[in-house]
Amino acid sequence: MADARGMVKRKAGLKLWLSGGWLALVVLAALLAPWIAPQDPLAQDLFLGRMPPAWVSGAEPGYWLGTDSLGRDVLSRILHGARIALTVALVAGGITCLIGAALGLLAGFLRGWVDLAISRLIDIWMAFPPVLFSILLIAVLGPGLSSIVIAIVVIDWTRFARVVRAEAMAQGAMDYVASAQVAGRGRLSTMVTEILPNVLPTIVVLLTLEMGIAVIVEAILSFVNLSISTDDPTWGGMIAEGRTSVHQAWWVLVFPLVTLFLTVLAFSQLGEGLKDRFDPVLR
Amino acid sequence: MSFLRVNGLSARLKGAGHPILRGVSLSVAAGEVRGLVGESGAGKSMIGKAVLGILPKAVEVSGGEILLGGVDLLRLPPKERRARIGATCALIPQDPLTALNPSRRIAPQITDRLVDILGWDRGRALARAEELLAEVHIPDPARVLRAYPHELSGGMRQRILIASAFAAEPKLIVADEPTTALDVTVQKQVLKLIAEMQARHGTALLFVTHDLGVVSKVCDSLTVLYGGLVVEDTDVRSFFAGPAHAYSRALLAATPKYTDPQASLTPVPDAVIRDVQAEVAAADRRARHG
Repeated sequence: MADARGMVKRKAGLKLWLSGGWLALVVLAALLAPWIAPQDPLAQDLFLGRMPPAWVSGAEPGYWLGTDSLGRDVLSRILHGARIALTVALVAGGITCLIGAALGLLAGFLRGWVDLAISRLIDIWMAFPPVLFSILLIAVLGPGLSSIVIAIVVIDWTRFARVVRAEAMAQGAMDYVASAQVAGRGRLSTMVTEILPNVLPTIVVLLTLEMGIAVIVEAILSFVNLSISTDDPTWGGMIAEGRTSVHQAWWVLVFPLVTLFLTVLAFSQLGEGLKDRFDPVLR
Repeated sequence: MSFLRVNGLSARLKGAGHPILRGVSLSVAAGEVRGLVGESGAGKSMIGKAVLGILPKAVEVSGGEILLGGVDLLRLPPKERRARIGATCALIPQDPLTALNPSRRIAPQITDRLVDILGWDRGRALARAEELLAEVHIPDPARVLRAYPHELSGGMRQRILIASAFAAEPKLIVADEPTTALDVTVQKQVLKLIAEMQARHGTALLFVTHDLGVVSKVCDSLTVLYGGLVVEDTDVRSFFAGPAHAYSRALLAATPKYTDPQASLTPVPDAVIRDVQAEVAAADRRARHG
């Protein structure tokens, strides 16, 4: 028992360090992009088109990860792309979490007509195909960062609401909730002091997952050219561009793809690691 | 005068209307320990829950009154009812593993009610919580107060719940099968502890249990239920001398005897079940015809 627990802890520690480390790098890149990027991410130079990365013969010095077909520096664009990716992750993830978790908590704990209304709303909402829904939304709202955030919030709040509702319902049936009510606690006060702390580990995991999903959604929308203006460097936009020239210049596709993959993976692992570490029941 | 008096309390499942309590009457005087016994599904827990205002959402009270200190709880607006119950009653729940909030330390879970109900400040409440834990024989109370529930054993948690129930000096405590989830050796200690605390604080106790052995140890009086109907209401001495109702007699005979482990178990005879079910049906007919 003690051994198993120790192993879980060590594994959780490793998860936490690796994912946290990568995300710290991404955050640094986003914050410092204008100062650490070796080139201007928007500067085109047709004479420097499709230069390979530094370790391949024929590379141009100063362009570490090569250039795309317009001669723009891949590394600089990835660094600047981190700003948009992280903004979307934090803002969209955060708002989605707040709205979804609040509705889920209310539905799961208050039950009755509140639950009925929110549950039916979730059911109806989830019947829309999400990708079509988001494309439709962006088409109506017009492309731009705020449209992406709104699209993610509008589509993904159900993810939180469903899970938090189920969890709040399970916690609501526990005897400690009955004890709090016998002691004269009001419904909302019970919900905040008794239920919320027990649902919080789940919310944290969902939030980190959602941040990863937000990064992917932004990339998907960039990929289909519905994100922010095509000049601004986004990882999804870079992947879309790189796809067309993958046989001549694989680096234009591969580096943003790997960055995106690692970031999304890091978000989900961070959530798992935090849960293992801070959930008092598991700990 | 009785502190708690339940008069003709009826409850049923919402929607289907299936009766759960069929005009239950009972009373608990100040300082009295009343056992509430019956098979599973007899409605014994439901009475305790109705008194405390924590009936499951699917169950509704359909008639009768619950007088707490002379005031009918069912006629009070929800807010006043909660305040009145909170100020005078407490619960010792069945399962110590789910009765403490797993993500909060022990201290606030005890002091909350002192702060909420008695209006004490945190410091004073904390000092009292430490005293209470010492009172239920928990070694090193200061350390336990800082612990999370999962760091403590089931028996320890049940002691904490007992201490916490007595914390705000309630007039009535509902103990809902407080020993069922514990193993037998711990059961005995916990039972002794409840009896000890009850005697010291002079609290009235409504003790829900299916174990007549427990009743004989801690209760003054008891109410036997079958199908949500009171079958017998008597004091413990005369009950164990010889129950008046055939069903109670059969129930008593069905209790395993620890003094004679070889003896085979006696089930409640079918004829007795038929008779008591006929009584339940008769009660339903009376209820229908007003």
